[in-house]
Amino acid sequence: MKRRSDAFSSLAGDPRIRGIIAQVILLAVLAGVFGWLISNAADALSRQGKVFGFEFLNDTAGFGIIQTLVPYTERSSYGRALLVGLLNTLLVAALGIIIATVLGFLIGIGRLSQNWLIRQIATVYVETLRNLPLLLQIVFWYFAVIGSLPGPKQGYSLFGTFFLNNRGVFLPSLVLEPGSGVLAISLVLGVVLAGVIFFVARVQRLREGRSFAALPAAILALIGLPLAALIATDFPVSLSWPALKGFNFQGGVQLLPELFALLVALSTYTASYIAEIVRAGIEGVPRGQSEAALSLGLTRAQALRFVIVPQAMRIIVPPLASQYLNLTKNSSLAVAIAYPDLVSVFAGTALNQTGKAIEIILMTMLVYLSISLFTAFAMNIYNARIKLTER
Amino acid sequence: MTRHWNSLAFAGFAVLSLTSPAIGAGGPTLQQVKAKGFVQCGVSDGLQGFSNPDDAGNWSGIDVDVCRALAAAIFGDTNAVRFTPMTAKERFTGLQHGEVDLLSRNTTITMQRDVALNLEFTGVTYYDGQGFIVKKESGVTSANDLGGATVCTQTGTTTELNVADFFRVRGLEYKIVAFDKEAQAVEAYEQGRCDTYTTDQSGLFAIRLKLANPDAHLILPEIISKEPLGPAVRQGDDNWEDIVRWTLYAMVNAEELGVSSSNIDEMLKSENPEIRRLLGVEGSFGESLGLSNDWAVNIIRRVGNYGEIFDRNVGAGSPLKIERGYNKLWKEGGLQYAPPIR
Repeated sequence: MKRRSDAFSSLAGDPRIRGIIAQVILLAVLAGVFGWLISNAADALSRQGKVFGFEFLNDTAGFGIIQTLVPYTERSSYGRALLVGLLNTLLVAALGIIIATVLGFLIGIGRLSQNWLIRQIATVYVETLRNLPLLLQIVFWYFAVIGSLPGPKQGYSLFGTFFLNNRGVFLPSLVLEPGSGVLAISLVLGVVLAGVIFFVARVQRLREGRSFAALPAAILALIGLPLAALIATDFPVSLSWPALKGFNFQGGVQLLPELFALLVALSTYTASYIAEIVRAGIEGVPRGQSEAALSLGLTRAQALRFVIVPQAMRIIVPPLASQYLNLTKNSSLAVAIAYPDLVSVFAGTALNQTGKAIEIILMTMLVYLSISLFTAFAMNIYNARIKLTER
Repeated sequence: MTRHWNSLAFAGFAVLSLTSPAIGAGGPTLQQVKAKGFVQCGVSDGLQGFSNPDDAGNWSGIDVDVCRALAAAIFGDTNAVRFTPMTAKERFTGLQHGEVDLLSRNTTITMQRDVALNLEFTGVTYYDGQGFIVKKESGVTSANDLGGATVCTQTGTTTELNVADFFRVRGLEYKIVAFDKEAQAVEAYEQGRCDTYTTDQSGLFAIRLKLANPDAHLILPEIISKEPLGPAVRQGDDNWEDIVRWTLYAMVNAEELGVSSSNIDEMLKSENPEIRRLLGVEGSFGESLGLSNDWAVNIIRRVGNYGEIFDRNVGAGSPLKIERGYNKLWKEGGLQYAPPIR
């Protein structure tokens, strides 16, 4: 008896065993909680006489969506509406990430500028935008800024080609005619060729210390090839010009005011966070580094570009990734200004028409989770690439 | 000490007697409502004439009066009701999950909602139809001129689908901008983001009053859909469904029989058997609902008959001044018709 209790106390005293026991208990509790949640949901569903299932995705949606990146009509299915909403979310997230990054870097560097005025402007920008609720900013851009633009008939126009009014921005667009396949192939070839030129130049520079002018050569490949293809195939593209017809402009491409407002609000807001991350990253690089660079005769810009920023990037990238995730998730505030994103179209209209609340919310959460995990994955790869290589 | 125990026992008994289901006291919802002492009623987040709060937070409107009539029927008190404002998107989930006892929220009866969402609709408080409002300066006078127009609306409503059908059938182009909240959709229309705003025509009359210059806007004559608006309850409690249904019928029957809040005391002495049954002087219709026999008296005295609530909230006696139209009694060429109480 005594021996057994000794054995037990020595087992419980062993930190390894104790750790395992704690983990088993935690796992059991978690499983219990999830089991309860699921059975509760199943109970509620059966009490309401509903059946859990995803067949509704094939049913006809019946409603219209104002911005569709893939063909969609009222006759399309709910599954198709999901895709349309998802692409709209991805569009605003991708554009937002690009703009926010550029703007954030400019302002972050501006906060460290030698120029007093630039420094003050950058500080005011960061402190204002970071401290106002995002939803308020979105509504402000949409209703106060774009909403106060004149209507299509009285709107602004530039050379009769670009139009700005409360229906959005209208630009001429390319219309591809038969035979434009060659052009598409030449575009792809141009991009590939430009990549090859950069690669060769890099290899040469690493080996010989100097190399040919890669940038002009790459630009020539990017523009020259498609141009040659255009001439060879007798211009199989035409321009579609926006023109006022009836209620609105027809032809060209339209940048929706909803997209515009959401994009501006999301990217300026996120840029204020990115600016702070960039500033912290640059200030995290020891002062000696920039002093050394300057004493070697590099200009301020060169020191920044070749010495400071590469080192700062290691500090910047991990929190930058989480800002990208935030921007993507924040894009769901689109519902406030009628931008047809995933939440508005699928978790809004489709949910209401079908009543499949649990299925649709689950799917929506899963989609956001996938987008976030994918973004994090991509940023991790980039982070690993710029990591300090120990020799 | 003994006194304390006594009062405690009394309190316990009182609680027990309130919560324990008495036989013949109605279904589970009615018992819950009686136990908590008020009806929890899901209404809109602000639609003049239907359910709208004033500055002091007092709700009024035809949908609100249905809730008040229900409270009068159950408790004899029109204030024994609490209101939960719900967006179009929240309403069905809220009802299904028991946040409210009923929806009286300008909700269109559709087969999908009745069958797939497991709701029960208990009658039509207002026969409506979807219409369009446009700015007069646009020169549009008919919905058929709307080809190419941008249309503002609220998501999660039947209007989104009706508008799609309307333009699809006519082969007209359109663009839809669907907002989460009505206030934002209307704001966008007023700012000129859209050429027209669409919702139930009664709602358009209410909205036009709120616009900066109501006279600059025109409600188009066409109605593009059938929108019978009525209260809804959860499926599965027949007694509660009956109570809500007959509360509305009692008001319609009262109008048909000429019984109103002003003449109810004389009518209690009436020899007309139909009136005597309605007012519980003969028969025990109230008791079979789990209520008292003077349930309809309480409704009519404290809230009024159907004609009174229509007139007060949306009709000639209100700022909206909507014609009775389809909502006239069947005897006068309208659609309002209640089965007899017998």
